[in-house]
Amino acid sequence: MADSAAIRSLPGRAHRAEAAAPLPRQPSRLPTAQLLPWLLPTLVILGWQAAASFGLVSTRFMPAPLDVAAAGWRLSQTGELWENLWVSFARAAAGFLVGGGIGLAFGLANGLSNLSEKLTDTTLQMVRNVPHLSLIPLVILWFGIDEGAKLFLVALGVFFPVYANTLHGIRSVDPQLIEMGRVYGMNRRELFWRVVLPGALPSIFVGVRYALGIMWLTLIVAETISANSGLGYMAMQAREFMLVDVVVLAILIYAALGKLADSLTRALERSCLAWNPAYRNA
Amino acid sequence: MSAATALRVEDAAAHPRDAGLAITLRGLSKTFDGGAPVIRGLDLHVPAGQFVAVVGRSGCGKSTLLRLILGLEEPSAGRVSVNGGAGNGAAQSKKIMFQEPRLLPWARVADNVAVGLGREIGRAERRKRALAVLDEVGLAEKAGNWPATLSGGQRQRVALARALVSRPALLALDEPLGALDALTRIEMQAMIERIWADQGFTAILVTHDVGEAVAMADRILVVEEGAIALDVAVDVPRPRRRGDPALAELEGRILDRLLGHRA
Repeated sequence: MADSAAIRSLPGRAHRAEAAAPLPRQPSRLPTAQLLPWLLPTLVILGWQAAASFGLVSTRFMPAPLDVAAAGWRLSQTGELWENLWVSFARAAAGFLVGGGIGLAFGLANGLSNLSEKLTDTTLQMVRNVPHLSLIPLVILWFGIDEGAKLFLVALGVFFPVYANTLHGIRSVDPQLIEMGRVYGMNRRELFWRVVLPGALPSIFVGVRYALGIMWLTLIVAETISANSGLGYMAMQAREFMLVDVVVLAILIYAALGKLADSLTRALERSCLAWNPAYRNA
Repeated sequence: MSAATALRVEDAAAHPRDAGLAITLRGLSKTFDGGAPVIRGLDLHVPAGQFVAVVGRSGCGKSTLLRLILGLEEPSAGRVSVNGGAGNGAAQSKKIMFQEPRLLPWARVADNVAVGLGREIGRAERRKRALAVLDEVGLAEKAGNWPATLSGGQRQRVALARALVSRPALLALDEPLGALDALTRIEMQAMIERIWADQGFTAILVTHDVGEAVAMADRILVVEEGAIALDVAVDVPRPRRRGDPALAELEGRILDRLLGHRA
């Protein structure tokens, strides 16, 4: 919870710098180059399996990878895994679309209109400083443990990174380009679509990537505390029955889903920001 | 410059330049927010098709003068009239080239050039014209590139193409070559001069490089404290050779004038 607040309160520029400065890359003609990032996770799993097999760690508290895989197989056979996965995915996507959409709308409005910013920015900044997960007790009172509660929390968490980075992106569009657009006869609409929005896009993407991380975090916490379906619920149920393998399985699925969301955004960045040397061939 | 270009230059000089806009300024003044006037009661007539260079120290008001002529600033007093020109609508016929290229990094070179055309022109036609003018500035093979892949000189040539693609009747150049290296600069000067001779637009070049002004312009205006301090015609025939004694003499005279007020 503290982590998520800290991540959100980082200034947009820092996020941007991190995203805009990839390491120099070597041509990846060998498959080894693509496999290299997976070397470390593989070694960890092998070491873990070895430690479990030789009895170095108690499988009562830390199941071996093979047990986790078996649990995964078992749960996917009964359909339980897919059902919970789907429920969680639908919640995450709905919350992300609602919160991200509102964040984008406010970011655009406040970036383009001083009046709008004066009216809403102070309020939004105040709300931002409330850790959204601290609202869980209140949200349970309001919505019970229904879908509404999860949607509300995810949307609230996702809103701020998208809002702050969209606003920052629009504010940092080169004023010389805007002047050029005006002098060359662009109207407000053209100026927005051809100059302002493309200029703000790299920053908006940074916001989206941060929002994706917060989306998972919020959802899992919310499902762990109050839900009757979903991955978080599955893990909590498993704990009740001491099914450690299922708990670990759920955690590994979070890791995989987070990585997947990040990869999707990166692919989107590469195709939308091909003009930017920092993203090309990245 | 090749013999063919030289011929075209003389050719253009021999004919009346009806493709350009004539500019008349009467008692023009500009004051920003209660400060001292930047332009003080300035009178000027520039005939259609003339190449005028405006030189002066930083802060003398030369850029403001350019913006007033283009209608980017409203005069505090006096009036600006810009008229003439064949076939072009008044709004489309004035174009500016900035000191920086100011290309849209997210648009390919040809699309950047097409920014200079109005929206009312169809997509295919826009592309055709953009490619034609890119060919003129020698960058036809870069049409599909991103601006980030070009050198500084190439970017400024794309900016020139963007300014020229609508066939302007008036081209304002606001120190467009200031950031380029010496050799690229000389090439660009020759290119602008050639295209000007070809198309016959009125050109106003704001620069603080007196050598550049002398090499390119028909007429040089020295602006001091918001007024024209010196108005000299450059009678040296084109094509002009760098280091021509007549040009050097003129350059010396203008520099003396610019520096004289200090000494």
